[in-house]
Amino acid sequence: MNPIETKKAYQEYVDKKSPNSPILKNCFNAFWVGGLICTIGQIIMNICKERGFDQTLSGTIVSIILIGISAFLTGLNLFNKIGKFAGAGSLIPITGFANSIVSPAMEYKSEGYVMGVGGKMFTVAGPVLVFGISASIIVGIVYLIFNTQNMTLV
Amino acid sequence: MDINWANVFDWMSLLKCFVVGGIICIIGQILIDKTKLTPARILVIFVTTGAILGGLGIYKYLVEFAGAGATVPLTGFGYNLAKGAIEGVKETGLIGAFTGGVKAAAGGIAAAVFFGYIASLISKPKMKKQ
Repeated sequence: MNPIETKKAYQEYVDKKSPNSPILKNCFNAFWVGGLICTIGQIIMNICKERGFDQTLSGTIVSIILIGISAFLTGLNLFNKIGKFAGAGSLIPITGFANSIVSPAMEYKSEGYVMGVGGKMFTVAGPVLVFGISASIIVGIVYLIFNTQNMTLV
Repeated sequence: MDINWANVFDWMSLLKCFVVGGIICIIGQILIDKTKLTPARILVIFVTTGAILGGLGIYKYLVEFAGAGATVPLTGFGYNLAKGAIEGVKETGLIGAFTGGVKAAAGGIAAAVFFGYIASLISKPKMKKQ
């Protein structure tokens, strides 16, 4: 591939490529890969339930297993290939969260194991945790307010 | 330990899970293709949406219907946080709003940090292709 030299040439290249991005094909791939990952999760969850774990614990086990698998697949450079093919199909499930931790950490490995790997792990996962945890605290407080007023929200 | 494999491969529940999980991913794919949002923002949007829908008590029905199809996508992570916060409030009041969410999601967060770090350590650096 020739290196694209100027910004203008790059913009033209992008414009040429992006309008006819095959959205239907992307959606189809995202659908079946995403569905498949969720189905694997459901199978693990069913096995956990058969072995006598409750719903909450089964859910946690599913998350841990899927996160572990996708973290190592990212480390072995295999997840990127799935991601390129499936797009949101591998990004939106919890596997994408693990991938978003490992891939920046890999990239900055040369900057050291503390600030490079340990710090850059959270370039994408950090905002996810900040907004997720903040939203949950707000939900809890709103629930508390409505509940003490005898206005049940849930 | 005896496992009833007919219960594990209950086709109806797996099908519902597949379809719902797939549809949630299609929503994400449309956001990627039709907007200029970066993947990081899309993840944030999904987690926050899940937390809000969980707080409003809507997401619960989707989880009952689709199981892992609703809990494995990141909206389920947000739902889990919000559900934990509500349960925390029920148990310990205001302080539960702060402890409950992370407590419920602790397994996933800790696993992501731990496996993420280990996987990064053992990874091979990417080859730059010209």
